[in-house]
Amino acid sequence: MFKPPQTVIEHAREKFGDYISNVIDAAGEVTLEINRKYVLNVCRELRDNPMFSCEQLTDICGVDYLDYGKESAAGVKEGPRFAVVYHLLSLKHNYRIRIRVFLDDEMPTVDSVVGIWSSANWYEREAFDMFGILFQDHPDLRRILTDYGFVGHPFRKDFPLSGHVEMRYDPEKQRVVYQPVSIEPRTLVPRVIREEGYGG
Amino acid sequence: MAEIRNYTMNFGPQHPAAHGVLRLVLEMDGEVIERADPHVGLLHRGTEKLAEHKMYNQSIGYMDRLDYVSMMCNEHGYVMAIERLLGLEVPLRAQYIRVMFDEVTRILNHLMWLGTHGLDVGAMTMFLYCFREREDLMDCYEAVSGARMHATYYRVGGVYRDLPAVMPQYTASKWHSKKEVDRLNDNRQGSLLDFLWDFTERFPQRVDEYETLLTDNRIWKQRTVNIAVVSPERALQLGFTGPMLRGSGVAWDLRKKQPYEVYDKVDFDIPVGTNGDCYDRYLVRVEEMRQANRIIRQCIEWLRKNPGPVICENHKVASPARESMKSDMESLIHHFKLFTEGYCLPAGEVYSAVEHPKGEFGVYLVSDGANKPYRLKIRAPGFAHLSAMNEMVRGHMLADVVAVIGSQDIVFGEIDR
Repeated sequence: MFKPPQTVIEHAREKFGDYISNVIDAAGEVTLEINRKYVLNVCRELRDNPMFSCEQLTDICGVDYLDYGKESAAGVKEGPRFAVVYHLLSLKHNYRIRIRVFLDDEMPTVDSVVGIWSSANWYEREAFDMFGILFQDHPDLRRILTDYGFVGHPFRKDFPLSGHVEMRYDPEKQRVVYQPVSIEPRTLVPRVIREEGYGG
Repeated sequence: MAEIRNYTMNFGPQHPAAHGVLRLVLEMDGEVIERADPHVGLLHRGTEKLAEHKMYNQSIGYMDRLDYVSMMCNEHGYVMAIERLLGLEVPLRAQYIRVMFDEVTRILNHLMWLGTHGLDVGAMTMFLYCFREREDLMDCYEAVSGARMHATYYRVGGVYRDLPAVMPQYTASKWHSKKEVDRLNDNRQGSLLDFLWDFTERFPQRVDEYETLLTDNRIWKQRTVNIAVVSPERALQLGFTGPMLRGSGVAWDLRKKQPYEVYDKVDFDIPVGTNGDCYDRYLVRVEEMRQANRIIRQCIEWLRKNPGPVICENHKVASPARESMKSDMESLIHHFKLFTEGYCLPAGEVYSAVEHPKGEFGVYLVSDGANKPYRLKIRAPGFAHLSAMNEMVRGHMLADVVAVIGSQDIVFGEIDR
């Protein structure tokens, strides 16, 4: 839709060189895949270079690629498990750029961009809370959406939809207690991936 | 001399001015705020995770429950993301209906905001006035979808059904006399469009009425002018969108800058503030209501003249008409497949954003080719606004916190998701 013109993409390729591992141009949107180590360099350039001038960070989102394509004929996609996706908006040029950074499986860590865009603060806290992604040099990396004392990272693909514990009021102890969940997770409609042109 | 210490104060979550379930931990120096730490997540329902376990169509209803005062705009962002990934064309009439209801929703949202903001700051009358107008718009929601709030009206490929030709009527009862009911039914004799047209005739005067109560009101100005001033640079840095950004003087509106549906065919202006304080944000939103009224009128005029389909003909994503299922085998199969398995989206990712009454409402959708989303991320405007709370209230008095919360137009359904 409002994607950067080809010249800007070429400029980015030239400017960032090895920092970019891949440029994806699909569905009218442009994604730059950045090497984890150079996030800060690239982001600062994207904000300050008048060619890009992405004044606003719209969103940061964690993604867990553990089961990606599990139901397809080719099976689960190989590759790193976690990624952080940044959505940038340039008001001056009126386009959006998406940045994706793949992280290590064992210890997903990436540099925090709070110093570049202040709005990153809560978005990074959310990604940490939901996926356990660590943002280096974040000023205040606390959980944000889950309960006080919550264990685990709920949006990871290996975290069940029904969770691990449930809460109830215990009339004997006269307080709220946690106990293992008593509900069975069930799937009404299974997940399927159909080949292209399925059903005519 | 006695030692004076800072103390922390807990605000909410059970506080009428907390707009739901905001818990604020305030570090105070006397009555001046040194630091505000919002604790959110008390309404977290895991919408994004739930959506990963549902077929695409089943999640439309969840979208209503995000920002529960501007329901249809949330749906809009979600269905648009799916349509973009499918490359689906929406019939023109459906686009006009969507734009019309987006603007109805904008008025609904701003009326709710104006009423509660007024109530927080001490203007009780506003609340009653705003809810009077909201009632009519809720009736429009009900007439078109059957529900007054959680409509699930927007569908992938269009809208659920065409606008009704008759409005529901009140009937006389033990509590409502015949005379009273006749008065209530007076403007409900025609179609939904006639009813809405009648509303748009009256509404500008009603906005004037609100303004006579507030705009030059000394108390209102004392409570809002120069409170929580945000410069345009900071507003961009903090991820502000919508009226919050425009209140700071940045003329940025997705409806104008990145038009979707038929926003490029309707005529309207974007109001912009100058000082970036609570009062400017108030003025911007009030003007937006007038502009929304203008857009609705243009849509009604177009819709009256141009009948046509309101949902696409592709029965892989949109259900065939119930009538055709009775005689046509293929329609029956399509219907069965659609409701037992849904439809698969091509593998890929898309980010679609709409100008929600509160700001930019974005949906980032990752698909691996299945009949359920692989990852759905909702970019809620209120989340970015609330994260700026600390910066906005620092150095202000305790009573100003309430004015700032009101001016941010916070709704927890979308922040906690």
